[in-house]
Amino acid sequence: MLTREQPVAALEASATSSTLLDIHKIAKSFGKNVVLRGISLQVAEGEFLTILGESGSGKTTLLRIIAGFESATSGELWMGGERLDRLPPYKRRVNTVFQHYALFPHLTVEQNVGYGLRVAKHSASEIDVQVEQALARVKMTAYAKSKPSKISGGQQQRVALARALVKRPQLLLLDEPLSALDANLRRQMQLELKSLQREVGISFVFVTHDQEEAMVMSDRIALLRAGELEQVATPREIYSRPATSYAAQFIGHTNLLRADVRDGVVHCGSLFWTSKLPEGSALLSLRPENIEVAAPSGASGKVRFRGKLRHKAFHGASELLQIECADGLLFSVRTEARSDWQGELEFEFDPTDAVPVRNSEAA
Amino acid sequence: MFSRAYRAVVTVPPLLWVTVFLLIPYALMFRYSFRTVSASQTIVHSWSLANYRQLFTVDVYWQTLLRSMWIAARVMLCSLLLGYPLAYFLSFYAGAKKDLLYQFVIIPLWVSYLVRAYAWMTILGSVGVLNTLLQYVHLTRHPLEFLLYSPFAVVLTLTHIYTPFTFLPIYASLEHIPRNLVEASSDLGASPAQTFWRVIFPLSIPGVLAGATFAFVLSLGDFLAPLLLGGPSGIMISNIVVSLFGAAYNWPLGAAISFCMLLIVVGLLFFSERLEKKWSFS
Repeated sequence: MLTREQPVAALEASATSSTLLDIHKIAKSFGKNVVLRGISLQVAEGEFLTILGESGSGKTTLLRIIAGFESATSGELWMGGERLDRLPPYKRRVNTVFQHYALFPHLTVEQNVGYGLRVAKHSASEIDVQVEQALARVKMTAYAKSKPSKISGGQQQRVALARALVKRPQLLLLDEPLSALDANLRRQMQLELKSLQREVGISFVFVTHDQEEAMVMSDRIALLRAGELEQVATPREIYSRPATSYAAQFIGHTNLLRADVRDGVVHCGSLFWTSKLPEGSALLSLRPENIEVAAPSGASGKVRFRGKLRHKAFHGASELLQIECADGLLFSVRTEARSDWQGELEFEFDPTDAVPVRNSEAA
Repeated sequence: MFSRAYRAVVTVPPLLWVTVFLLIPYALMFRYSFRTVSASQTIVHSWSLANYRQLFTVDVYWQTLLRSMWIAARVMLCSLLLGYPLAYFLSFYAGAKKDLLYQFVIIPLWVSYLVRAYAWMTILGSVGVLNTLLQYVHLTRHPLEFLLYSPFAVVLTLTHIYTPFTFLPIYASLEHIPRNLVEASSDLGASPAQTFWRVIFPLSIPGVLAGATFAFVLSLGDFLAPLLLGGPSGIMISNIVVSLFGAAYNWPLGAAISFCMLLIVVGLLFFSERLEKKWSFS
């Protein structure tokens, strides 16, 4: 049971906590269409886990299987020592915030939030107290008597959140809850959601196709591609050590370099550097911000290259340059924004920043 | 946006139609309801409330009117009890067969009213299909007389005829319920029965009201089913109006009764429209 006084304890618990939900080899097909191919994933107590993927990757289907709206073709779900996938949705201690909020149009905001308690036959006085607290938490007290059609999208979002949280679920599922909001409100809600999750200490499984949103909010990201997990890691790890070329390209911007390793030396076009990578062909991911304009003094241990500026894109604080080398290699380079980038330039990067990744196309 | 000529072409014909074939006849009927019939069977031009007085004081008129409303109410109830579960099943559980089953509900509407009424006569008659069968299996020794030429036969036939009219608006309103509301309800811990009574049914009320109004209004004004299957005990108010305009040659009284029915129907439509608005959300 969670209480409002719990936030710090819950936050600390998340670092060492045990598994809340165990997704074990979940597979799903709709007829001949295979949507999920044996997904195994654990959600820790108090964790904010994001399932990130493009549309059609199966992320929403996975969420619907956890909620109980779809049944898996094979595999098991375990939560708190209990087989979750055999329970109907209304018996699972899991609640969902739907993509389009799914507020009941014939009920007021207050009645929507109290719905879950009313069907569980709580006393009227208890429902009143809990609903009031839940509305206060999402700052919607003033709209208690309004019908959902009379409030804005962002407000409906808060009501949907309060309606799910008032049930005190062990696990909250969020299906692209911010996708219908405009950019500014969206950024604000990202932060609010994250701090709310810390406050209540409930595990959140958040589904999104927006990699930036995933990076900002998550404790861990599970990257899903065509029904398979590509990588499960913290945002920092998945960004700096992407496991596959798909992960490297989907999360952030990257340069994918095809290289050959011979006798401890990496050859990439006309560039080469020593490395401990295994012999043979390799695929390397090098982030544009890890390439710098070469210092005149020439730092040791860095790889240098010259190239012509083909294109530049201004991004406010930074500028993204497209550089073409004499041997045909193309690099994206992120530098400070300056209007006078032109002609042939010299760059350098630290070879340890060129991270080996598995080729996703072959996978 | 549209030229004046275009707007005139589009709006004038229907307005003209409604005026010539609806408003003017109603006005004439209203005028007739104040006239009287002389002893020599001529219609006397007067402004008399005698016809309305007769309707409410002569037993056969007001009793038949009440009985007609009672029959219409039973038809309404029966077609709701048949139409709602059918619409619910089709909308929520029929899956891929939905369109086919929907056609099966609609097809009876293509069959002439008379054919369907006569079909019930052959089923319910004293040497009809049902009585023959009951005697054949020795459940009854004599034909059951109450089956045909009774209010029962009228209710049964009208229910058969008007259930599709009740089904259609209910089905439409159920189809409009976003399925994620049903999922949300289940997600919040509501059992399927709770979801039905707390979410699905309230959101289908506009359809139920529309369907109930159809069944009641159409049955109330029906005169063929009682004529063919009602017998003396199943006479409805429209049969009386028909005979007043015909054999009895009392147009003024017929007009007065018709006008009262018109008031009842318009009142009902107004009332159900208000209720439907109250229960629709978008």
